[in-house]
Amino acid sequence: MSFSTHITDVPDDQVAITCDNVTISYGSFEAVKSVFLEVPRGKVTAFIGPSGCGKSTVLRCFNRMNDLIPSFSLKGRIIYEGQDLYEPKVDPVEVRRRIGMVFQRPNPFPKSIYENIAFGARINGYTGDMDELVERSLRRAAVWDECKDKLQESGYSLSGGQQQRLCIARTIATQPDVILMDEPCSALDPISTLKVEETMHELKKEFTIVIVTHNMQQAVRVSDMTAFYNADAVEGGSGKVGYLVEFDETANIFNNPKQQSTQEYVSGRFG
Amino acid sequence: MTFSSPNFSTTSLHRKPGLLRNRANGAMTALAATFATIAVLPLIFVIAYVLIKGISVLSPSIFFELPPPPGLDGGGIGNALIGTLVVTLISCVFAVPVGVGGGIYLAEFSQGNKFAEFVRFGTNVLAGVPSIIAGVFIYGLVVSTRVIFGNSYSAVAGGLALAVLMLPTIIKTTDEGLKLVPQELRWGALGVGASTFVTTMKVVLPAAVAPIATGVVLAIARSAGETAPLIFTALFSPFWPEGIFKPLATMSVLIFNFAIMPYEAQITLAWAASFVLVVMILGMNIFARWISGFAQR
Repeated sequence: MSFSTHITDVPDDQVAITCDNVTISYGSFEAVKSVFLEVPRGKVTAFIGPSGCGKSTVLRCFNRMNDLIPSFSLKGRIIYEGQDLYEPKVDPVEVRRRIGMVFQRPNPFPKSIYENIAFGARINGYTGDMDELVERSLRRAAVWDECKDKLQESGYSLSGGQQQRLCIARTIATQPDVILMDEPCSALDPISTLKVEETMHELKKEFTIVIVTHNMQQAVRVSDMTAFYNADAVEGGSGKVGYLVEFDETANIFNNPKQQSTQEYVSGRFG
Repeated sequence: MTFSSPNFSTTSLHRKPGLLRNRANGAMTALAATFATIAVLPLIFVIAYVLIKGISVLSPSIFFELPPPPGLDGGGIGNALIGTLVVTLISCVFAVPVGVGGGIYLAEFSQGNKFAEFVRFGTNVLAGVPSIIAGVFIYGLVVSTRVIFGNSYSAVAGGLALAVLMLPTIIKTTDEGLKLVPQELRWGALGVGASTFVTTMKVVLPAAVAPIATGVVLAIARSAGETAPLIFTALFSPFWPEGIFKPLATMSVLIFNFAIMPYEAQITLAWAASFVLVVMILGMNIFARWISGFAQR
């Protein structure tokens, strides 16, 4: 049933995050099973697949966001910088400072635009020129021109697309190593989506980016590598269990996939 | 089965007041409006009645004078006014930290465990406990045992009794207010590497400050008018307050004591104090509405 590809031709120092036989469960229900994956450093990796296949679940494990769900449990290892993220001694707060996250819906803090950026930097112990950091972060997220004249206004005064780029700026202001994006454009219109994608192209020069998307064109446009997840009904169970079908360069996934189900999904025959 | 549609081109679209549905509609609206009016009438009558009864002594001076000795005229309710403020302040000192802290635990840290369920259930029960029970409880715990530096009846004991009454309201509104804060906001803060403590203090709590403040003010408004818990705890005093460890006068107990006295001056003062108390509580409620107005903006 499940088939996982283990990428072995990526040198170790080029790998940002490794999933080693990861199985994620909520209570007794297995959401994703046996994922082997190596997220390359300094590239954009896209997770695609039908709803309920566990791509967001896997993403949220990379910075231990799933810890907030009481019934969550994980088997296997997720290795970042040679450390298993789920070792008991690991502090999730430290993990999240290195691995930032942008969420599905824009979620600026109910503070000024300036404070939205400064908040994360301050709690991360940033002591440099805050004005400069705010400007630099907003510039890199391509939202500076739209809010340079109203930095003291509420983050809510921006449009949805601007808010999402503000959230990206907020994440990069903390100077993380990896940025996770969970369907960052699903609540945005096409123009805003395009702007966020341009932002991503800029960001991948400095950050490793992992993005979950339902939009296959988006995966083609922004990503270097693509992982295709699928879900199968379990025998005797009620739900579906997700698994990684294929992980390869984006061009190969979309033009020359090795798996039948990948071919069917990217050509729009299901999902 | 055929359905013959009326000839729409010839029927007028104008409203016909004579139709049964339109008349029934009007009648029901009038009935609902009547009941709504009756619902607010008691408030208007109470305010008007206490105003009429107490207006003869209602002047700025009553806020600054002591009640007259029995048999004499004049005087005021200055000591009771200060006493109510002092007792309410003391009750806030106890109830606000415990209530807000408890609410934060329930909403942010308990993750719905058995203990949290128990606390929520207990809070609901406490909200229904008659106020006199709170008074007797503090009497038994604090007053009769003289645990507060050997003092029996005192403002602190009164404040504690009121705090017991305020707690459920504050815990509940804090809990509910925090639950209204979108989950995404917590994710956002945690996602930039904030600890749960910083997330709660710097992001979640400021977003819920309006409902929490509203709850605190409503709790104060409720407890400020309580009489029963104060009779056993703060007692009464015809003099100016002598400190928080001594008995003192409060508005509600003053009303209770003076209204049943056989002296005209005291009875009128009780009416005047009633009016002041009702207006104070009304003012608190309006203030609470004003605070919660911020949340909608």
